[in-house]
Amino acid sequence: MSRESILAAIKKNQPEQQALPDLNAFRRTGPGDPAAFRKVIETLGGQVFEISSYAEIQPLIAEHQPDAQKIISLQESYLPGAMTEWETGDGGRQYEHVDLAIIPGQFGVAENGAIWITDVEIKERVLPFITQHLAIVVSSQDIVPTMHDAYAERIAQPGGGFGVFIAGPSKTADIEQSLVLGAHGAKSLTVFLYSPKA
Amino acid sequence: MEHQHKEHSLLAEEFNANEPRVNWHDETLWWVRQKRDKMAWTIPEWEDLREAASRIKHNVLGNLHDYLLEFEKNAQANGAVVHWAADAAEHNKIVLQLLQEQGVKRMVKSKSMLTEECHLNPYLAEHGIEVIDTDLGERIVQLAKEPPSHIVLPCIHKKKEEIGELFHEHLGTPAGNADPKFLTAAARQHLRAEFIQSRVAITGVNFAVAETGEMVVCTNEGNADMGAHLADVHIACMGIEKIIPQRKHLGVFLRLLARSATGQPITTYSSHFRAPKKGQQLHIVLVDNGRSRQLGREDFRNSLKCIRCGACMNTCPVYRRSGGHSYHNAIAGPIGAILAPNLDMKEYADLPFASTLCGSCSNVCPVKIDIHQQLYKWRQVITREGYTKKTKAAGMHAMNIVLSKPGLYKTAGGIGRWVMRTFPAVVNNGLNPWFRQREMPEPPKESFADWYKKNRKQ
Repeated sequence: MSRESILAAIKKNQPEQQALPDLNAFRRTGPGDPAAFRKVIETLGGQVFEISSYAEIQPLIAEHQPDAQKIISLQESYLPGAMTEWETGDGGRQYEHVDLAIIPGQFGVAENGAIWITDVEIKERVLPFITQHLAIVVSSQDIVPTMHDAYAERIAQPGGGFGVFIAGPSKTADIEQSLVLGAHGAKSLTVFLYSPKA
Repeated sequence: MEHQHKEHSLLAEEFNANEPRVNWHDETLWWVRQKRDKMAWTIPEWEDLREAASRIKHNVLGNLHDYLLEFEKNAQANGAVVHWAADAAEHNKIVLQLLQEQGVKRMVKSKSMLTEECHLNPYLAEHGIEVIDTDLGERIVQLAKEPPSHIVLPCIHKKKEEIGELFHEHLGTPAGNADPKFLTAAARQHLRAEFIQSRVAITGVNFAVAETGEMVVCTNEGNADMGAHLADVHIACMGIEKIIPQRKHLGVFLRLLARSATGQPITTYSSHFRAPKKGQQLHIVLVDNGRSRQLGREDFRNSLKCIRCGACMNTCPVYRRSGGHSYHNAIAGPIGAILAPNLDMKEYADLPFASTLCGSCSNVCPVKIDIHQQLYKWRQVITREGYTKKTKAAGMHAMNIVLSKPGLYKTAGGIGRWVMRTFPAVVNNGLNPWFRQREMPEPPKESFADWYKKNRKQ
């Protein structure tokens, strides 16, 4: 069993302990800027629509994703009449045939356009990756400035078995550094930035 | 001395046979370096972030024993099975056994430099198991039967026409089509079929959090997630140095990693794997393979802070003009050159010399590893241990004699200048390694000492 010998070697060789740095200086006060958040997502190749009611989602999808036939909406209120789950299948493989999945995001990060999603909301972990196109609904009230604020305020503890920051559509630049959207995951990302009218 | 590979300088010479290709390679990587700069400059606290990251990693090195135990305990509580491997052979054996238990013959793997370091793919192939690399760049080099030439951009040495040909041969795309968008779409289709069929997925690990027992994997393509979420068994392979203390420290590293690597604000996906999904097995293989030894080398232990962003390669004037394969090691470039001699000092004795010691690598490193100083220190260790080439050792010995005796230095300088002026062919020929890539300078008529004596009084 190598466990003991590895641990013994580490104990013998590790240097003196040093204190961890204080990260509070990196925190920002106040909420994140939705305009900055929007701008980063657009530079990452995503589309952002500001909406004040979920009723605006349906016409926007009809206009911008006219080919989407099989649509899943994890919350019925986003798109009344859409399926909230696909037929039961083989560990998520059935979602390969979904054209568009609309899912809730917990919060966004203004500095990098990342949106936090966990398996508490999405149930089937592979859904946001395997769907051909992805749409995320996030409230403009739920934008934090930086990753430090995200971990300190929102996700100091894990809330589920799996969580992911998604920033833009799946992409690659492996062929001669030419950026191509749509590698293995979703080919496009649409973000509905929701601010209810006061 | 017997080596398994040609030396860096010879491999670099082969890479330099095609001059336009080298220029293209050089410019492409420099462009990535410039993207990194632009991103870094938008963050006013960038230097403080680098300092914080370096200090967090230093804390990890000093507490690695306890953090590993904490990680193991929490990962087990989350439902994962934790394995320990002393070296590459044990790592490969553990993975093979897990695959044999599942009875799989073909499975997917997302990018993991550790499994490259352990040569997992050829080992599994010997046992009748085919591994499909799913990162696009890695799949391309796999089809070409080559190793990756860069840790973040595995096929940066390949032109799109060559990739088009590979895809024509292996994936049946039309001959002559080299459009990156078309080829990427073809790979998507090919690899989606592999994800769907695969019952086991291997992934690497970018960060493992002691406090929560979770692992973070960063990709742009989404291949780690496609593999891991669809599989019945997820095997995550990681070096023991990937541990970080707490979840909040991810904030520092996720801000630095992609900005340093490719000039992106963050990778598309930063996936936090804590517990296996219902009905799934999660195995974590903790690999030492020389890391605990490196931890004990005071001059070199900081190399274990590396987060594998590749910034040191993109900026390195030698890497950009010699290509990743010239380092004949899973990890190329400046960081590879300070990690490899720990694994095999004799085999990689040439790598610390493959540098101008300009220090650019240390300046861009997001965790502030003193890379160029370690390169310099490895040269001394390797020379002391007797692993340098005889010609280099003899040259250094002669230099030492001449430079330590002022009278001899003066005489030798005078003879040298006379020879270069009178018989230039003696130095301007192929036998002199310094002449190979450059013209020898016009020798001065007098030495600086003579000039100074004449001019001092004026």
